[in-house]
Amino acid sequence: MLSSFFESESVTKALEILKTEIPLAVWETFYVTVLSTLFAIILGLPLGVLLVAGENGKILKIPKSLLHILNVIINLLRSVPFLILMIMVFPLTRLIMGTVVGTAASIVPLVIAAFPFVARLVEGSLREINPNIIETAQSMGANPFQIIVKVMLPESVPSLISNATIAITTILGYSAMSGIIGGGGLGKIAINYGYYRYQYLVMAFAVIFLVLLVQLFQSIGTFLAAKADKRLKANK
Amino acid sequence: MIEIKNLSKTFPSKSGGVEALKNVSLTIPDGEIYGIIGMSGAGKSTLVRCINMLERPTEGSVVIDGRDIGVLSESELRKERQSITMIFQGFNLLMQRNCLKNVCFPLELAGVKKAEAEKRAAELLEIVGLKDKMKSYPAQLSGGQQQRVAIARALATNPKILLCDEATSALDPQTTHSILSLIRDLHDKLGLTVVIITHQMSVIEEICTRVAILDGGTVAEEGAVGEVFSAPKSDAAKRLVYPEGYEETLNSFDGGMVRIVFGGAAATKTPLIAQMAIDKNIAASILYASTRSICGRVYGNMLLGIPGGRQQLDSALTYLKGIPDIFAEEVKRNA
Ligand SMILES: Nc1ncnc2c1ncn2[C@@H]1O[C@H](COP(=O)(O)OP(=O)(O)OP(=O)(O)O)[C@@H](O)[C@H]1O
Ligand SMILES: [Mg+2]
Repeated sequence: MLSSFFESESVTKALEILKTEIPLAVWETFYVTVLSTLFAIILGLPLGVLLVAGENGKILKIPKSLLHILNVIINLLRSVPFLILMIMVFPLTRLIMGTVVGTAASIVPLVIAAFPFVARLVEGSLREINPNIIETAQSMGANPFQIIVKVMLPESVPSLISNATIAITTILGYSAMSGIIGGGGLGKIAINYGYYRYQYLVMAFAVIFLVLLVQLFQSIGTFLAAKADKRLKANK
Repeated sequence: MIEIKNLSKTFPSKSGGVEALKNVSLTIPDGEIYGIIGMSGAGKSTLVRCINMLERPTEGSVVIDGRDIGVLSESELRKERQSITMIFQGFNLLMQRNCLKNVCFPLELAGVKKAEAEKRAAELLEIVGLKDKMKSYPAQLSGGQQQRVAIARALATNPKILLCDEATSALDPQTTHSILSLIRDLHDKLGLTVVIITHQMSVIEEICTRVAILDGGTVAEEGAVGEVFSAPKSDAAKRLVYPEGYEETLNSFDGGMVRIVFGGAAATKTPLIAQMAIDKNIAASILYASTRSICGRVYGNMLLGIPGGRQQLDSALTYLKGIPDIFAEEVKRNA
Protein backbone atom coordinates (compact mmCIF):
# COMPACT_ATOMS: atom_id res chain seq x y z
CA MET A 1 0.00 0.00 0.00
CA LEU A 2 2.70 2.47 1.07
CA SER A 3 5.07 1.41 -1.68
CA SER A 4 2.38 1.83 -4.30
CA PHE A 5 1.73 5.32 -2.93
CA PHE A 6 5.34 6.29 -3.38
CA GLU A 7 5.48 4.82 -6.84
CA SER A 8 2.37 6.57 -8.03
CA GLU A 9 2.80 9.15 -10.70
CA SER A 10 1.72 12.14 -8.62
CA VAL A 11 4.36 11.44 -6.00
CA THR A 12 7.18 11.24 -8.50
CA LYS A 13 5.97 14.50 -9.97
CA ALA A 14 5.81 16.12 -6.57
CA LEU A 15 9.32 15.01 -5.68
CA GLU A 16 10.54 16.36 -8.98
CA ILE A 17 8.94 19.74 -8.28
CA LEU A 18 10.45 19.75 -4.81
CA LYS A 19 13.91 19.08 -6.11
CA THR A 20 13.81 21.78 -8.76
CA GLU A 21 11.84 24.52 -7.06
CA ILE A 22 12.02 24.27 -3.29
CA PRO A 23 15.68 25.33 -2.77
CA LEU A 24 15.14 28.57 -4.65
CA ALA A 25 11.81 29.17 -2.93
CA VAL A 26 13.37 28.72 0.50
CA TRP A 27 16.11 31.15 -0.40
CA GLU A 28 13.62 33.69 -1.76
CA THR A 29 11.45 33.51 1.33
CA PHE A 30 14.52 33.79 3.52
CA TYR A 31 15.98 36.88 1.93
CA VAL A 32 12.65 38.64 1.47
CA THR A 33 11.89 38.09 5.15
CA VAL A 34 15.30 39.20 6.36
CA LEU A 35 15.46 42.27 4.13
CA SER A 36 11.89 43.31 4.93
CA THR A 37 12.57 42.94 8.63
CA LEU A 38 15.72 44.99 8.29
CA PHE A 39 13.95 47.84 6.51
CA ALA A 40 10.99 47.63 8.90
CA ILE A 41 13.41 48.02 11.80
CA ILE A 42 15.18 50.92 10.14
CA LEU A 43 11.83 52.73 9.94
CA GLY A 44 10.15 51.33 13.03
CA LEU A 45 12.95 51.67 15.59
CA PRO A 46 13.30 55.47 15.43
CA LEU A 47 9.53 55.77 15.34
CA GLY A 48 9.16 53.65 18.48
CA VAL A 49 11.90 55.65 20.21
CA LEU A 50 10.11 58.86 19.26
CA LEU A 51 6.82 57.61 20.70
CA VAL A 52 8.38 56.81 24.08
CA ALA A 53 10.91 59.64 24.34
CA GLY A 54 8.37 62.23 23.28
CA GLU A 55 5.69 61.19 25.73
CA ASN A 56 4.89 63.96 28.22
CA GLY A 57 7.93 65.86 26.99
CA LYS A 58 9.99 64.05 29.59
CA ILE A 59 12.98 63.26 27.38
CA LEU A 60 12.32 64.88 24.01
CA LYS A 61 10.18 67.94 23.49
CA ILE A 62 7.97 66.81 20.62
CA PRO A 63 4.68 68.60 19.94
CA LYS A 64 1.75 66.57 21.23
CA SER A 65 -0.03 66.95 17.88
CA LEU A 66 2.86 65.33 16.00
CA LEU A 67 2.82 62.35 18.36
CA HIS A 68 -0.91 62.10 17.89
CA ILE A 69 -0.56 62.04 14.11
CA LEU A 70 2.15 59.36 14.29
CA ASN A 71 -0.09 57.22 16.48
CA VAL A 72 -3.01 57.56 14.08
CA ILE A 73 -0.85 56.59 11.09
CA ILE A 74 0.48 53.54 12.92
CA ASN A 75 -2.99 52.44 13.97
CA LEU A 76 -4.37 52.92 10.46
CA LEU A 77 -1.62 50.90 8.81
CA ARG A 78 -1.93 48.21 11.46
CA SER A 79 -5.64 47.82 10.97
CA VAL A 80 -5.58 47.21 7.19
CA PRO A 81 -5.41 43.46 6.40
CA PHE A 82 -2.11 42.61 4.75
CA LEU A 83 -3.45 41.47 1.38
CA ILE A 84 -5.53 44.61 0.99
CA LEU A 85 -2.61 46.77 2.03
CA MET A 86 -0.51 44.99 -0.57
CA ILE A 87 -2.96 45.99 -3.27
CA MET A 88 -3.24 49.52 -1.90
CA VAL A 89 0.50 50.09 -2.12
CA PHE A 90 0.82 48.74 -5.69
CA PRO A 91 1.44 52.28 -7.04
CA LEU A 92 4.23 52.82 -4.52
CA THR A 93 5.68 49.38 -5.26
CA ARG A 94 5.68 50.13 -8.97
CA LEU A 95 7.34 53.48 -8.30
CA ILE A 96 10.14 51.95 -6.26
CA MET A 97 10.67 48.54 -7.88
CA GLY A 98 9.34 49.15 -11.37
CA THR A 99 6.94 46.19 -11.08
CA VAL A 100 4.38 44.81 -8.65
CA VAL A 101 5.02 41.13 -9.18
CA GLY A 102 7.95 38.99 -8.15
CA THR A 103 9.87 38.22 -5.04
CA ALA A 104 11.76 41.50 -4.69
CA ALA A 105 8.64 43.60 -5.32
CA SER A 106 6.91 42.08 -2.31
CA ILE A 107 9.48 43.70 -0.04
CA VAL A 108 7.76 47.08 -0.40
CA PRO A 109 4.32 46.07 0.95
CA LEU A 110 5.97 43.89 3.57
CA VAL A 111 7.95 46.83 4.91
CA ILE A 112 4.91 49.11 4.85
CA ALA A 113 2.89 46.52 6.74
CA ALA A 114 5.62 45.66 9.22
CA PHE A 115 7.21 48.96 10.25
CA PRO A 116 4.20 50.20 12.28
CA PHE A 117 4.15 46.81 13.99
CA VAL A 118 7.87 47.08 14.72
CA ALA A 119 7.35 50.62 16.05
CA ARG A 120 4.78 49.28 18.53
CA LEU A 121 7.10 46.45 19.58
CA VAL A 122 9.95 48.90 20.12
CA GLU A 123 7.61 51.12 22.09
CA GLY A 124 6.74 48.16 24.32
CA SER A 125 10.39 47.26 24.87
CA LEU A 126 11.38 50.79 25.80
CA ARG A 127 8.49 51.18 28.19
CA GLU A 128 9.78 48.24 30.21
CA ILE A 129 12.78 50.28 31.34
CA ASN A 130 12.67 51.39 34.96
CA PRO A 131 11.89 55.14 34.72
CA ASN A 132 14.11 55.74 37.75
CA ILE A 133 17.12 54.70 35.69
CA ILE A 134 16.30 57.33 33.09
CA GLU A 135 15.83 59.90 35.80
CA THR A 136 19.15 58.93 37.34
CA ALA A 137 20.83 59.54 33.99
CA GLN A 138 19.14 62.93 33.86
CA SER A 139 20.36 63.68 37.37
CA MET A 140 23.88 63.07 36.11
CA GLY A 141 23.46 65.54 33.29
CA ALA A 142 22.61 63.28 30.34
CA ASN A 143 21.12 65.06 27.34
CA PRO A 144 18.17 63.56 25.43
CA PHE A 145 20.36 61.98 22.77
CA GLN A 146 22.59 60.37 25.41
CA ILE A 147 19.55 59.06 27.26
CA ILE A 148 18.27 57.36 24.13
CA VAL A 149 21.59 56.01 22.91
CA LYS A 150 23.32 55.19 26.19
CA VAL A 151 20.40 54.25 28.41
CA MET A 152 17.13 53.41 26.71
CA LEU A 153 18.40 51.32 23.81
CA PRO A 154 21.23 49.41 25.58
CA GLU A 155 19.07 48.68 28.61
CA SER A 156 16.34 47.17 26.46
CA VAL A 157 18.53 45.13 24.12
CA PRO A 158 17.32 41.71 25.34
CA SER A 159 13.70 42.75 24.98
CA LEU A 160 14.40 44.34 21.59
CA ILE A 161 15.95 41.08 20.36
CA SER A 162 12.95 39.07 21.55
CA ASN A 163 10.64 41.47 19.78
CA ALA A 164 12.75 41.41 16.63
CA THR A 165 12.20 37.67 16.65
CA ILE A 166 8.46 38.17 16.86
CA ALA A 167 8.71 40.66 14.01
CA ILE A 168 10.74 38.41 11.72
CA THR A 169 8.46 35.39 12.22
CA THR A 170 5.38 37.53 11.61
CA ILE A 171 6.93 38.99 8.47
CA LEU A 172 7.74 35.47 7.33
CA GLY A 173 4.04 34.69 7.56
CA TYR A 174 3.12 37.81 5.59
CA SER A 175 5.69 36.99 2.92
CA ALA A 176 4.11 33.58 2.45
CA MET A 177 0.73 35.26 2.13
CA SER A 178 2.11 37.60 -0.51
CA GLY A 179 2.43 34.52 -2.74
CA ILE A 180 -1.29 34.84 -3.42
CA ILE A 181 -0.85 38.05 -5.41
CA GLY A 182 2.49 38.08 -7.07
CA GLY A 183 4.95 37.43 -4.27
CA GLY A 184 7.52 34.67 -4.66
CA GLY A 185 9.00 32.00 -2.45
CA LEU A 186 7.43 29.18 -0.45
CA GLY A 187 4.05 30.92 -0.34
CA LYS A 188 3.84 30.97 -4.10
CA ILE A 189 4.68 27.26 -4.34
CA ALA A 190 2.07 26.35 -1.75
CA ILE A 191 -0.62 28.36 -3.54
CA ASN A 192 0.28 27.44 -7.10
CA TYR A 193 0.58 23.71 -6.58
CA GLY A 194 -1.67 23.18 -3.61
CA TYR A 195 -4.54 25.51 -4.36
CA TYR A 196 -4.59 25.68 -8.14
CA ARG A 197 -3.31 22.23 -9.09
CA TYR A 198 -4.31 20.07 -6.11
CA GLN A 199 -0.74 18.95 -5.50
CA TYR A 200 -1.23 18.70 -1.76
CA LEU A 201 2.04 16.95 -1.15
CA VAL A 202 3.94 19.91 -2.61
CA MET A 203 1.92 22.27 -0.48
CA ALA A 204 2.63 20.21 2.62
CA PHE A 205 6.36 20.38 1.93
CA ALA A 206 6.22 24.13 1.41
CA VAL A 207 4.46 24.47 4.76
CA ILE A 208 7.02 22.23 6.46
CA PHE A 209 9.82 24.45 5.19
CA LEU A 210 7.99 27.54 6.44
CA VAL A 211 7.68 25.91 9.86
CA LEU A 212 11.38 25.08 9.81
CA LEU A 213 12.26 28.69 8.96
CA VAL A 214 10.11 29.96 11.82
CA GLN A 215 11.85 27.49 14.14
CA LEU A 216 15.24 28.65 12.92
CA PHE A 217 14.52 32.36 13.47
CA GLN A 218 12.91 31.69 16.82
CA SER A 219 15.81 29.60 18.12
CA ILE A 220 18.40 32.14 17.05
CA GLY A 221 16.36 34.96 18.56
CA THR A 222 15.80 33.23 21.88
CA PHE A 223 19.47 32.32 22.10
CA LEU A 224 20.68 35.84 21.34
CA ALA A 225 18.20 37.48 23.71
CA ALA A 226 19.26 35.26 26.60
CA LYS A 227 22.93 35.77 25.79
CA ALA A 228 22.53 39.55 25.71
CA ASP A 229 20.71 39.77 29.02
CA LYS A 230 23.08 40.60 31.85
CA ARG A 231 20.32 40.48 34.43
CA LEU A 232 20.03 36.70 34.39
CA LYS A 233 23.64 35.63 34.57
CA ALA A 234 24.67 33.84 37.69
CA ASN A 235 28.03 34.56 39.26
CA LYS A 236 30.84 33.27 37.14
CA MET B 1 26.12 76.52 50.35
CA ILE B 2 22.62 75.50 49.34
CA GLU B 3 19.98 78.11 49.98
CA ILE B 4 16.42 76.99 49.53
CA LYS B 5 14.22 80.06 49.49
CA ASN B 6 10.44 80.05 49.88
CA LEU B 7 10.14 76.90 47.85
CA SER B 8 6.68 75.62 46.94
CA LYS B 9 5.74 72.75 44.71
CA THR B 10 2.22 71.88 43.67
CA PHE B 11 1.59 68.81 41.53
CA PRO B 12 -1.38 69.17 39.24
CA SER B 13 -4.17 66.70 39.95
CA LYS B 14 -7.86 66.30 39.19
CA SER B 15 -8.87 67.65 42.58
CA GLY B 16 -7.01 70.91 42.14
CA GLY B 17 -3.43 69.92 42.90
CA VAL B 18 -1.27 68.31 45.58
CA GLU B 19 0.78 70.77 47.58
CA ALA B 20 3.91 68.71 48.20
CA LEU B 21 5.97 71.63 49.49
CA LYS B 22 4.70 74.83 51.05
CA ASN B 23 7.05 77.77 51.40
CA VAL B 24 10.12 75.82 52.50
CA SER B 25 13.24 77.79 53.37
CA LEU B 26 16.45 76.09 54.44
CA THR B 27 20.13 76.87 54.37
CA ILE B 28 22.56 74.02 54.10
CA PRO B 29 26.11 75.16 54.86
CA ASP B 30 29.11 73.80 52.96
CA GLY B 31 30.66 70.64 54.28
CA GLU B 32 27.65 69.73 56.40
CA ILE B 33 25.99 66.33 56.59
CA TYR B 34 22.47 67.59 56.60
CA GLY B 35 19.51 65.38 57.37
CA ILE B 36 15.97 65.86 56.19
CA ILE B 37 13.53 63.58 57.96
CA GLY B 38 9.78 63.19 57.81
CA MET B 39 6.97 60.74 57.47
CA SER B 40 6.05 59.18 54.16
CA GLY B 41 4.50 61.77 51.88
CA ALA B 42 5.98 64.70 53.80
CA GLY B 43 7.65 65.96 50.64
CA LYS B 44 11.24 64.88 51.29
CA SER B 45 11.88 63.44 47.84
CA THR B 46 10.20 66.39 46.18
CA LEU B 47 12.44 68.76 48.15
CA VAL B 48 15.65 66.96 47.31
CA ARG B 49 14.65 66.67 43.65
CA CYS B 50 14.13 70.43 43.56
CA ILE B 51 17.74 70.91 44.65
CA ASN B 52 18.99 69.59 41.29
CA MET B 53 15.87 70.70 39.39
CA LEU B 54 14.76 67.20 38.52
CA GLU B 55 11.54 68.73 39.76
CA ARG B 56 10.83 72.33 38.88
CA PRO B 57 9.50 74.25 41.88
CA THR B 58 6.21 76.06 41.40
CA GLU B 59 7.53 79.00 43.41
CA GLY B 60 10.72 80.00 45.15
CA SER B 61 14.32 79.37 44.28
CA VAL B 62 17.33 77.20 44.96
CA VAL B 63 20.63 79.04 45.13
CA ILE B 64 23.83 77.04 45.15
CA ASP B 65 27.03 78.92 45.91
CA GLY B 66 25.30 82.14 45.02
CA ARG B 67 23.93 80.87 41.72
CA ASP B 68 20.19 80.54 41.19
CA ILE B 69 19.97 77.19 39.43
CA GLY B 70 16.30 77.58 38.57
CA VAL B 71 17.10 80.10 35.85
CA LEU B 72 19.86 78.11 34.15
CA SER B 73 19.39 76.94 30.58
CA GLU B 74 18.98 73.21 29.97
CA SER B 75 22.61 72.77 28.95
CA GLU B 76 23.94 74.89 31.83
CA LEU B 77 21.81 72.82 34.19
CA ARG B 78 23.21 69.56 32.78
CA LYS B 79 26.70 70.88 33.44
CA GLU B 80 25.76 71.94 36.96
CA ARG B 81 24.39 68.46 37.65
CA GLN B 82 27.87 67.03 37.33
CA SER B 83 28.65 68.73 40.61
CA ILE B 84 25.36 67.92 42.37
CA THR B 85 25.02 64.15 42.18
CA MET B 86 22.50 61.84 43.71
CA ILE B 87 22.06 58.32 45.02
CA PHE B 88 18.71 56.61 45.42
CA GLN B 89 16.86 53.98 47.40
CA GLY B 90 16.68 51.70 44.35
CA PHE B 91 20.38 52.16 43.39
CA ASN B 92 19.28 52.67 39.75
CA LEU B 93 22.33 51.11 38.16
CA LEU B 94 22.36 50.28 34.47
CA MET B 95 21.60 46.57 34.51
CA GLN B 96 23.22 45.80 31.16
CA ARG B 97 26.57 47.37 32.07
CA ASN B 98 29.14 45.95 34.41
CA CYS B 99 30.22 47.88 37.51
CA LEU B 100 33.21 49.51 35.87
CA LYS B 101 31.06 50.70 32.96
CA ASN B 102 28.41 51.96 35.35
CA VAL B 103 30.94 54.14 37.09
CA CYS B 104 32.26 55.27 33.70
CA PHE B 105 28.77 56.37 32.68
CA PRO B 106 28.74 59.94 34.09
CA LEU B 107 32.28 60.40 32.74
CA GLU B 108 31.13 59.32 29.28
CA LEU B 109 28.31 61.84 29.54
CA ALA B 110 30.85 64.50 30.40
CA GLY B 111 32.96 63.56 27.38
CA VAL B 112 35.94 62.10 29.25
CA LYS B 113 38.11 59.79 27.14
CA LYS B 114 37.51 56.08 27.58
CA ALA B 115 40.91 55.10 28.96
CA GLU B 116 40.92 57.98 31.40
CA ALA B 117 37.34 57.24 32.48
CA GLU B 118 38.09 53.58 33.12
CA LYS B 119 41.14 54.47 35.16
CA ARG B 120 39.16 56.83 37.35
CA ALA B 121 36.27 54.35 37.65
CA ALA B 122 38.66 51.64 38.80
CA GLU B 123 40.10 53.97 41.44
CA LEU B 124 36.63 54.84 42.70
CA LEU B 125 35.56 51.20 42.88
CA GLU B 126 38.63 50.53 44.93
CA ILE B 127 37.74 53.39 47.29
CA VAL B 128 34.26 51.95 47.89
CA GLY B 129 35.76 48.50 48.44
CA LEU B 130 34.66 46.73 45.27
CA LYS B 131 37.91 46.37 43.42
CA ASP B 132 37.23 42.69 42.75
CA LYS B 133 33.74 43.33 41.34
CA MET B 134 34.70 45.57 38.44
CA LYS B 135 33.59 43.09 35.79
CA SER B 136 30.48 41.94 37.64
CA TYR B 137 27.01 43.02 36.57
CA PRO B 138 24.66 44.71 39.07
CA ALA B 139 22.39 41.66 39.16
CA GLN B 140 25.27 39.69 40.62
CA LEU B 141 25.72 42.06 43.56
CA SER B 142 23.94 42.46 46.89
CA GLY B 143 21.98 45.61 47.63
CA GLY B 144 24.76 47.06 49.73
CA GLN B 145 27.31 46.40 47.01
CA GLN B 146 25.04 47.96 44.40
CA GLN B 147 24.72 51.08 46.54
CA ARG B 148 28.52 51.21 46.79
CA VAL B 149 28.74 51.15 43.00
CA ALA B 150 26.11 53.88 42.87
CA ILE B 151 28.18 55.95 45.31
CA ALA B 152 31.31 55.44 43.22
CA ARG B 153 29.31 56.50 40.17
CA ALA B 154 28.00 59.58 41.97
CA LEU B 155 31.54 60.62 42.86
CA ALA B 156 33.01 60.13 39.40
CA THR B 157 32.54 63.71 38.29
CA ASN B 158 34.03 65.19 41.50
CA PRO B 159 30.79 66.66 42.81
CA LYS B 160 30.64 69.17 45.61
CA ILE B 161 27.20 68.07 46.75
CA LEU B 162 25.91 64.52 47.25
CA LEU B 163 22.16 64.08 47.60
CA CYS B 164 20.98 60.80 49.13
CA ASP B 165 17.29 60.01 48.78
CA GLU B 166 16.53 57.14 51.17
CA ALA B 167 19.85 55.64 50.14
CA THR B 168 19.82 53.06 52.92
CA SER B 169 16.11 52.36 53.22
CA ALA B 170 16.31 49.13 51.25
CA LEU B 171 19.21 47.77 53.29
CA ASP B 172 19.48 45.85 56.56
CA PRO B 173 20.81 47.66 59.67
CA GLN B 174 24.32 46.23 59.35
CA THR B 175 24.64 47.24 55.70
CA THR B 176 23.02 50.60 56.43
CA HIS B 177 25.71 51.20 58.99
CA SER B 178 28.51 50.33 56.58
CA ILE B 179 27.09 52.53 53.81
CA LEU B 180 26.67 55.45 56.22
CA SER B 181 30.28 55.02 57.41
CA LEU B 182 31.40 55.07 53.81
CA ILE B 183 29.46 58.26 53.16
CA ARG B 184 30.96 59.85 56.26
CA ASP B 185 34.49 58.83 55.27
CA LEU B 186 34.02 60.26 51.80
CA HIS B 187 32.57 63.42 53.29
CA ASP B 188 35.61 63.82 55.53
CA LYS B 189 38.06 63.01 52.78
CA LEU B 190 36.53 65.00 49.94
CA GLY B 191 34.86 67.82 51.81
CA LEU B 192 31.49 67.00 50.29
CA THR B 193 28.27 68.62 51.34
CA VAL B 194 25.89 65.73 51.94
CA VAL B 195 22.11 65.90 52.10
CA ILE B 196 20.53 62.79 53.61
CA ILE B 197 16.85 62.15 53.12
CA THR B 198 15.41 59.49 55.36
CA HIS B 199 12.42 58.47 57.43
CA GLN B 200 14.67 56.69 59.97
CA MET B 201 15.76 58.48 63.11
CA SER B 202 18.69 56.13 63.47
CA VAL B 203 20.21 57.29 60.18
CA ILE B 204 20.09 60.94 61.21
CA GLU B 205 21.51 60.12 64.63
CA GLU B 206 24.35 58.15 63.20
CA ILE B 207 25.65 60.53 60.61
CA CYS B 208 24.02 63.95 60.47
CA THR B 209 25.11 67.14 62.16
CA ARG B 210 22.02 69.19 61.39
CA VAL B 211 18.48 68.11 60.69
CA ALA B 212 15.30 69.56 59.30
CA ILE B 213 12.01 67.90 60.09
CA LEU B 214 9.56 68.03 57.24
CA ASP B 215 5.89 67.63 57.96
CA GLY B 216 3.07 68.04 55.46
CA GLY B 217 5.30 69.95 53.07
CA THR B 218 6.60 72.47 55.60
CA VAL B 219 9.66 72.60 57.84
CA ALA B 220 8.41 71.84 61.33
CA GLU B 221 11.74 72.21 63.05
CA GLU B 222 15.38 72.73 62.15
CA GLY B 223 18.58 72.71 64.12
CA ALA B 224 21.56 70.76 65.39
CA VAL B 225 20.69 67.08 65.67
CA GLY B 226 21.44 66.88 69.39
CA GLU B 227 19.17 69.80 70.20
CA VAL B 228 16.27 68.79 68.01
CA PHE B 229 16.25 65.19 69.16
CA SER B 230 16.82 65.83 72.85
CA ALA B 231 14.29 68.59 73.17
CA PRO B 232 11.84 68.36 70.30
CA LYS B 233 9.50 71.33 70.19
CA SER B 234 7.16 70.67 67.28
CA ASP B 235 4.55 67.93 67.23
CA ALA B 236 6.17 66.39 64.20
CA ALA B 237 9.50 66.19 65.99
CA LYS B 238 7.91 64.74 69.10
CA ARG B 239 6.20 62.08 67.04
CA LEU B 240 9.58 61.07 65.66
CA VAL B 241 11.49 61.20 68.92
CA TYR B 242 9.01 59.57 71.26
CA PRO B 243 7.79 56.09 70.63
CA GLU B 244 4.19 55.16 70.10
CA GLY B 245 2.16 55.12 73.27
CA TYR B 246 4.03 58.04 74.77
CA GLU B 247 0.96 60.24 74.55
CA GLU B 248 -1.17 57.67 76.33
CA THR B 249 1.35 57.38 79.16
CA LEU B 250 1.26 61.12 79.41
CA ASN B 251 -2.48 61.17 79.78
CA SER B 252 -2.95 58.15 82.01
CA PHE B 253 -0.83 59.36 84.93
CA ASP B 254 -2.61 61.70 87.27
CA GLY B 255 -0.02 63.63 89.14
CA GLY B 256 2.63 66.14 88.19
CA MET B 257 5.07 65.24 85.44
CA VAL B 258 8.56 66.39 84.69
CA ARG B 259 10.48 65.72 81.55
CA ILE B 260 14.24 65.71 81.87
CA VAL B 261 16.77 65.63 79.12
CA PHE B 262 20.38 65.02 79.84
CA GLY B 263 23.40 65.03 77.62
CA GLY B 264 26.91 63.95 78.37
CA ALA B 265 28.63 61.69 80.81
CA ALA B 266 28.30 63.86 83.92
CA ALA B 267 24.55 63.49 83.92
CA THR B 268 24.44 59.76 83.21
CA LYS B 269 26.74 59.02 86.14
CA THR B 270 24.55 60.76 88.71
CA PRO B 271 21.99 58.45 90.33
CA LEU B 272 19.57 61.32 90.24
CA ILE B 273 16.29 59.59 91.04
CA ALA B 274 17.73 57.99 94.15
CA GLN B 275 19.47 61.23 95.06
CA MET B 276 16.22 63.14 94.77
CA ALA B 277 14.44 60.64 97.00
CA ILE B 278 17.11 60.94 99.66
CA ASP B 279 17.73 64.68 99.49
CA LYS B 280 14.21 65.95 98.89
CA ASN B 281 12.14 63.02 99.95
CA ILE B 282 10.39 62.95 96.58
CA ALA B 283 9.44 59.49 95.30
CA ALA B 284 9.41 59.92 91.52
CA SER B 285 8.29 57.14 89.24
CA ILE B 286 9.75 56.67 85.81
CA LEU B 287 7.02 56.77 83.15
CA TYR B 288 9.26 56.70 80.13
CA ALA B 289 12.98 56.65 79.57
CA SER B 290 15.31 56.35 76.66
CA THR B 291 18.88 57.08 75.85
CA ARG B 292 20.30 57.51 72.41
CA SER B 293 23.69 58.19 71.06
CA ILE B 294 23.91 61.10 68.66
CA CYS B 295 27.23 61.70 66.95
CA GLY B 296 29.06 59.88 69.71
CA ARG B 297 27.32 61.74 72.55
CA VAL B 298 24.79 60.08 74.82
CA TYR B 299 21.46 61.80 75.20
CA GLY B 300 18.82 60.69 77.69
CA ASN B 301 15.21 61.47 77.81
CA MET B 302 13.05 60.67 80.82
CA LEU B 303 9.53 61.33 81.90
CA LEU B 304 9.07 61.34 85.68
CA GLY B 305 5.78 61.13 87.50
CA ILE B 306 5.72 63.12 90.75
CA PRO B 307 2.85 62.22 93.02
CA GLY B 308 1.93 64.50 95.90
CA GLY B 309 0.74 67.75 94.46
CA ARG B 310 2.02 71.09 93.32
CA GLN B 311 4.52 71.68 96.09
CA GLN B 312 6.36 68.43 95.51
CA LEU B 313 6.43 69.11 91.78
CA ASP B 314 7.93 72.55 92.23
CA SER B 315 10.61 71.36 94.56
CA ALA B 316 11.46 68.50 92.21
CA LEU B 317 11.78 70.99 89.34
CA THR B 318 14.05 73.27 91.32
CA TYR B 319 16.16 70.34 92.37
CA LEU B 320 16.54 68.90 88.88
CA LYS B 321 17.27 72.25 87.27
CA GLY B 322 20.10 72.66 89.71
CA ILE B 323 22.00 69.70 88.34
CA PRO B 324 24.47 70.61 85.56
CA ASP B 325 23.88 69.18 82.06
CA ILE B 326 20.26 68.51 82.78
CA PHE B 327 17.32 70.18 81.23
CA ALA B 328 14.03 69.82 83.09
CA GLU B 329 10.56 71.07 82.33
CA GLU B 330 7.11 70.49 83.62
CA VAL B 331 4.89 68.54 81.29
CA LYS B 332 1.37 69.80 81.01
CA ARG B 333 -1.38 67.47 80.00
CA ASN B 334 -2.97 68.02 76.63
CA ALA B 335 -6.49 68.24 78.02
N1 LIG C 1 4.95 63.35 40.26
C1 LIG C 1 3.99 63.56 41.19
N2 LIG C 1 2.73 63.82 40.80
C2 LIG C 1 1.76 64.06 41.71
N3 LIG C 1 1.96 64.04 43.03
C3 LIG C 1 3.19 63.79 43.49
C4 LIG C 1 4.26 63.52 42.59
N4 LIG C 1 5.38 63.31 43.32
C5 LIG C 1 5.00 63.41 44.61
N5 LIG C 1 3.69 63.71 44.72
C6 LIG C 1 2.96 63.94 45.98
O1 LIG C 1 3.68 64.86 46.76
C7 LIG C 1 3.67 64.49 48.11
C8 LIG C 1 5.09 64.35 48.63
O2 LIG C 1 5.73 63.28 47.97
P1 LIG C 1 7.24 62.88 48.23
O3 LIG C 1 7.57 61.80 47.29
O4 LIG C 1 8.08 64.09 48.19
O5 LIG C 1 7.17 62.33 49.70
P2 LIG C 1 8.31 61.66 50.58
O6 LIG C 1 8.43 62.49 51.79
O7 LIG C 1 9.53 61.49 49.76
O8 LIG C 1 7.67 60.28 50.95
P3 LIG C 1 8.36 58.83 51.07
O9 LIG C 1 9.02 58.76 52.40
O10 LIG C 1 7.21 57.90 50.98
O11 LIG C 1 9.32 58.69 49.93
C9 LIG C 1 2.87 63.20 48.20
O12 LIG C 1 1.57 63.51 48.63
C10 LIG C 1 2.84 62.69 46.79
O13 LIG C 1 1.65 62.00 46.54
MG1 LIG D 1 10.59 59.76 48.99
